[in-house]
Amino acid sequence: MTTSELTLPQGRKEPRRSRRVMGAGKQMHAGPVTYVVLTVFALISLAPLVWTAIAASRNNERLAQSPPPLWFGANLFKNLQAAWDQAGLGTAMVNSTIVAGTITIGTVVFSTLAGFAFAKLRFRFSSTLLLLTIGTMMIPPQLAVVPLYLWMADLGWSNQLQTVILPTLVSAFGTFFMRQYLVQALPTELIEAARVDGASSLRVVWHVVFPAARPAMAVLGLLTFVFAWNDFLWPIIALNQQNPTVQVALNALGTGYVPDQAVIMAGALLGTLPLLIAFILFGKQIVGGIMQGAIKG
Amino acid sequence: MKASPYAFIAPFFIIFGAFGLVPLLYTAWYSLHNVQLSGLDHQTWAGLDNYKHLLSSEFFWNALENTFSIGVISTVPQLLMAIGIAHLLNYRLRGSTLWRVVMLTPYATSVAAATLVFTLLYSWDGGMINWLLHFVGVDPINWRESDWGGQFAVSTIVIWRWTGYNALIYLAAMQAIPSDLYESAAIDGAGRWQQFRHVTIPMLRPTILFTVVVSTIGATQLFGEPLLFGGVSGSKGGSAHQYQTLGLYMYDQGWGIGNLGKASAIAWTMFLILLIVAAVNLLITRRLRKSQ
Repeated sequence: MTTSELTLPQGRKEPRRSRRVMGAGKQMHAGPVTYVVLTVFALISLAPLVWTAIAASRNNERLAQSPPPLWFGANLFKNLQAAWDQAGLGTAMVNSTIVAGTITIGTVVFSTLAGFAFAKLRFRFSSTLLLLTIGTMMIPPQLAVVPLYLWMADLGWSNQLQTVILPTLVSAFGTFFMRQYLVQALPTELIEAARVDGASSLRVVWHVVFPAARPAMAVLGLLTFVFAWNDFLWPIIALNQQNPTVQVALNALGTGYVPDQAVIMAGALLGTLPLLIAFILFGKQIVGGIMQGAIKG
Repeated sequence: MKASPYAFIAPFFIIFGAFGLVPLLYTAWYSLHNVQLSGLDHQTWAGLDNYKHLLSSEFFWNALENTFSIGVISTVPQLLMAIGIAHLLNYRLRGSTLWRVVMLTPYATSVAAATLVFTLLYSWDGGMINWLLHFVGVDPINWRESDWGGQFAVSTIVIWRWTGYNALIYLAAMQAIPSDLYESAAIDGAGRWQQFRHVTIPMLRPTILFTVVVSTIGATQLFGEPLLFGGVSGSKGGSAHQYQTLGLYMYDQGWGIGNLGKASAIAWTMFLILLIVAAVNLLITRRLRKSQ
């Protein structure tokens, strides 16, 4: 410790010091300029979404006129209804909930199991296999879609939801994320104690690993749901407008399936709404998850 | 109990193997064959023909060039802004969590939804962007048809969606910088800007490299934004292929034209490009480490 560190707190007259002593860095108070600049960026982040709602509340003719509408019109409900029925967003929302929900559960469970093994168990080739897992994150999805398409056609699975669920059911990122968390969060003695008591592997997982992993599982679940809901390339190849996910339905809208711009905006709004609600409810956890993944990854 | 570690990792490796690794090899196999969407049962050996056609096709080189230029104009400003935003978020702020969530909101918007909205914002007549530009005396720009305009518009969608995400990654790294580094810099008389330049940026170097790698991977695969921005001529990347990326070129060859063999060759070419990028990055990282 340097003397400056020791003397600094005494010089300050703050009754309450930052709780985050380590890593708090220079927690200087933000000046007015900081708030102004951040407000500008916050407006840029939010404006397109607010404008989506404005456009979705107008009609097609109005959206082709200049100046563009800057305030809400009266057609929001009508356009949402049209997007839900005509553009297939209704079916799509149900399908996306099933797809993203299943992928989330699968990814979280499988990632926790594999992450636990990589974090706490000794076995041959474990470091090689972990390195392989991390390496797979570099493979673009384009490398798999041609064979997947041909197989799904062979199996007669075209346009069925399992075609988009199965290939995405596990995640290299998730496995690594859970491993990094469990290395620190799960005391090895706890596993050993459970084993001495004669607990089977499954019992250890259920009663020791899952409870210790729960906070990270929740965060990984949120990140996975966002990813799965927004996944684009493979779903638009595997599915079509007869049985779409939200992104497939939006893709159809973009290529002229319904030529009404206000309905298209209503579709975009509807398809984003579940995730916006998730961000309002769990924004703090999602932000925390991304920041955690960054430090450890 | 001895077998159980393998049982725990088995689901990941079985599913990833079946739907990731095996298809990767099959894609290589198909890239050496003539596989047409219209006649899947007639697959004939083609040797390196698909690759030869690729290298002699102007559209391939056009797509490669577009992928590179869109990659640069979307990644560079994005990461620079992200560092700036992260620096501001690192101050002690009122409602710090709220600011972070707001910056991340575009990340909640899917590629498809964001592109549909931006396409309307960029529309030639009645679009918000052209309307705002007329206040500074710029004539309406036909973004969808224009060459650089289309690339610029597509890049702004990428920038809008990813800047906040990268800012959070930089913020996490900034918070891990030990505070005594700043304190000793302050004692040496360094102001805020000098502290940022001489303490923050050097300490962020590994994170910056990490985000460059991730953004490069993303840029190489860029697909949905130009597809939907192009509207009816989407899979061609605009009427004159002016923003057709490699990902889009692959999709167009495979599912637009129906030549899955050639699409496979494009996919593997993309992968090889990524491997080269990764190797170059590794070299740079080693150099940097040695020089320190």
